[in-house]
Amino acid sequence: MLTNTSLSSSDHSTPLVRFDAVQKTYDGENLVVKDLNLSIHKGEFVTLLGPSGSGKTTCLMMLAGFEVPTSGDIFLESQRLNSVPPHKRNFGMVFQNYALFPHMTVEENIRYPLKTRRLPAAEIERKVSDILDMIQLREFAKRRPTQLSGGQQQRVALARSLVFEPQLILMDEPLGALDKQLRERMQLEIKHLHQQLGLTVVFVTHDQSEALTMSDRVAVFNDGVIQQIDTPTNLYEFPANAFVAQFIGENNTLPGRVESVQGHDCRVSFGEGFSTGALLGPNLAQGDATRLSIRPERVKLNGAATQLPNRLQGKVHEFIYLGDHLRVRCELAGNDDFVARVPVDDFSSQLQPGDIVELGWRNEDVRALNAS
Amino acid sequence: MSTNAVAARPEAPPEANLKKQLKRADRLRKFKAIGLVAPLALFLIVVFVLPIGSMLWRSVDNTELESVMPRTVAGLQQWDGSGLPEEATLAAFAAELRDSRRGGGLGKVGRRLNYEDNQYRGLLMRTLRGLPASSENWTQTLVEIDPAWGETTTWREIQRASPPVTDRYVLASLDLERGANGEIQRIDAQDRIYQSVFQRTMVIAGGVTLICLALGFPLAYLLATLPPKTSNMLMILVLLPFWTSLLVRTAAWIILLQSNGLVNQSLIASGIIDTPLQLVFNRIGVFFAMVHILLPFMILPLYSVMKGISPSYQRAAVSLGAHPFAAFWQVYAPQTISGVAAGTILVFIMALGYYITPALVGGPADQMVSYYVAYYTNTTNNWGMAAALGSILLALTLLLYLVYHRLVNRKQLIRS
Repeated sequence: MLTNTSLSSSDHSTPLVRFDAVQKTYDGENLVVKDLNLSIHKGEFVTLLGPSGSGKTTCLMMLAGFEVPTSGDIFLESQRLNSVPPHKRNFGMVFQNYALFPHMTVEENIRYPLKTRRLPAAEIERKVSDILDMIQLREFAKRRPTQLSGGQQQRVALARSLVFEPQLILMDEPLGALDKQLRERMQLEIKHLHQQLGLTVVFVTHDQSEALTMSDRVAVFNDGVIQQIDTPTNLYEFPANAFVAQFIGENNTLPGRVESVQGHDCRVSFGEGFSTGALLGPNLAQGDATRLSIRPERVKLNGAATQLPNRLQGKVHEFIYLGDHLRVRCELAGNDDFVARVPVDDFSSQLQPGDIVELGWRNEDVRALNAS
Repeated sequence: MSTNAVAARPEAPPEANLKKQLKRADRLRKFKAIGLVAPLALFLIVVFVLPIGSMLWRSVDNTELESVMPRTVAGLQQWDGSGLPEEATLAAFAAELRDSRRGGGLGKVGRRLNYEDNQYRGLLMRTLRGLPASSENWTQTLVEIDPAWGETTTWREIQRASPPVTDRYVLASLDLERGANGEIQRIDAQDRIYQSVFQRTMVIAGGVTLICLALGFPLAYLLATLPPKTSNMLMILVLLPFWTSLLVRTAAWIILLQSNGLVNQSLIASGIIDTPLQLVFNRIGVFFAMVHILLPFMILPLYSVMKGISPSYQRAAVSLGAHPFAAFWQVYAPQTISGVAAGTILVFIMALGYYITPALVGGPADQMVSYYVAYYTNTTNNWGMAAALGSILLALTLLLYLVYHRLVNRKQLIRS
C-alpha cells in the first residue's frame, strides 16, 4: 500500500481535510475501513473509487458526520472534526438521489441552507438569484423537483449544496441515476464548476471512467483499504497492484514468476516456456510470484508486432466489433480471455476464429505486479 | 391479415383505419374494466347507496296519515285552519278511522299523532269505541264522544301531521321545532339534548383522534426507521388487538379500569393514591377504550407513508446546516401530511359512529349520537328521528371532511 508516501511528497501546505488512522466497524468484528490515512488539499477534486462495500461511502459519511469513526481522527485544517455534529460542519453535500425536498419549490430548496443560517433576506434573495442564473434554471424556480428532469434535479441539488459557499463539497454517487449521455455532460459541468469556483470536492463513485474524467486525484478503495491514490494518468499507466490494474480500465492478466531484475526492469516467465520483459512493480524481487498486467490497446497483432521485442503465438477465439475499434479475444499461454484492441483500419479481414496470430508488445507496456 | 391481401386492396386512409382499430381495442378494454368492477359496484349500490338513500328519505318521510286516511288528509288540506273542518272531512275521518282497525293502520296513525301530542293514541281508541255505525252530523257525534274533537287545535295538529314530507325530525334532532304559526324556534331549554349530543360526539371523536395521532406518530416513525426484522415484530404487536373482538376488548377495559380493577389496585398498592380513581363509566374510560381500539388505524397509514420517505431527506437538511429537530419538522414532517390526513380522517370518522364502546364503558353523559340512533330504532321504533339524527351526523361528517380536505390540500404540496 502506498497511501502516505505519494501524498505527502506532492504538497507540503496544511491539508484542508486529513484522515488520521481512521477505522470503522459496524458490528465489532469486521472493519469496513482499515487504518485510513488521507489528506485532501484546498481546491482539489478527490474521488473515492471502489466497488460496492469497499468502504468509500463510509469514508464520505464519516467526513459528513453521519457516521462516527470507531478509532482515529478526522481533521479540518487543525480542528478535530470527530465531535462536531454534521449540521455544524458547513460542508455542502449532494446525495445519490439528490434528496431534493419534494414539498418545496426549486427556489425554496436552494434557499433552505441560507434560511437555516439566518442570513439577511436581501442577501438570501441575491444569492438564490445568482445561483439560479448559474445553473440556468431561473424559469423553473417556482416548480417542484418532481416536475424537473433528472439533469435539472441534479443541477438544483448542486446549486443547493453550493449556495452557502461551503469550504468542502461532498458528492455521493450523484450521477448514478442519470443515463449515459447526460451523465457524461454533467461530469464535465461539475468539473468546470470545480475549476471556475475553486471548489474542494470529495466525490464518491464506483464508475472508473467517471473518476478518471473528473478528478485531480483518485483514491482506489478495496476491502476497506486505499489501494492506491494518484492522478488518473498514473493510476492507469502505473497501477500499484493487480487490483488497481484490473479495476481501472481494461486489463489482461497473466500469472508468472520474476526471473531476473535489472533496476526497474525485469524478466518474467509465464505459461509453459514463455517469457517477457516488464516494468517491475513495487514490493517484488527475483523469484517472486507475480501477475503481469497488459492493457489491450498496447497489444499489437501480426504485422504491427514484427518490430516488437516480445512476440508470442496466440489462437483467435472471436472478434467483437465496436465501431472505432475491434476487440480480438485470443488464447495465450493458457489464458483464453486475452484481449487485443485493434483499430479497425489496421485489421486484416482474412483473419478467422481459430487462426494462429502473433501478439506483440513492448517491455514498458507490461507491469509485473504483486500477485496477492 | 397477410401482406398480400393488404397490398391488393385499395388502401383506406391509414389514420381512419388506425382510429377504428384503436376504438375497437379500447372498447374491449372498457368492457373488461366494467366487467371487473361490476360485482363490486352492484354490491355497493345494494348495501350502501340504497340503504343510505332510504335512510335519508326516512328522515323527512311523513306518509303515515296519508296512507291510512287519504280522504281526511285531502280534506284537511283544503281547510283554512279556523273553526272546524267541513262536515264531509269529518265524515271521511270517521269512516277511515273505522277502517283503520284492519291492517295495523290505527297503530301507525296513533304513533305518528302521539309525536305531536301524547293524548292522541288514547283519543283515537276512545273515539273508535264510541263510534256509531252512521250519523247525520259527524261533527256533533265526534264532539259528543270526546270534546277534544270540537277544538281547533286538535284539527290543526292533525293537519300539521298530514303532509307527506316533514322537517320535524330534522328540526327535532337540532333541538328546534315549528311554532304555532309554522316559524322555526328553539324548543324549551329543559328539553334540549341533541345539540349537546352532537357537540359531545365531535369532542369525543376529535379527542380520540388527537390522542391517537400523538401516540401513533412517534410509534409509526420508530417502525419506519427500525431495521425490518425489529419493525416487523413490532408491527405484529400493533396489529395484535385486531385478533380479538371489539366487544371483548371493551369488556377487558371495564375489568382493568373498575374501582377494584388491576389499574386501581396497583396504584393503591404502590401508594400513589389512597382511594380508587373513577376510571370507567365516565369520559376517561371512553377515551381509554376508543383510543386503544382505533390506534392501529392511525399507525398503519402513517407507517406506510413514512416507510416511503427516504432518510436522505433529513440527512440532506442536516448537511445544509439545519439542526436535527428543525430538519425533522421542516423536511420530514411535511412529507408525512398525507399519512396524517388519512389516519386522522379514518380514526375520526370511525370514532364518530362509535356505539358499543361508549355504551359499555361510558356514563350517561358520554353517549354519542349512535346511541340515540339505536335507541330510536330499537326501543321507540321512531324511524324518523333515527334517520334524521343519522342524516345530520352524515352531513356534519361530510362538511368536516370538506373543510379538512381544503386545509390539508393547501399544505400538502407533494404531487407524485
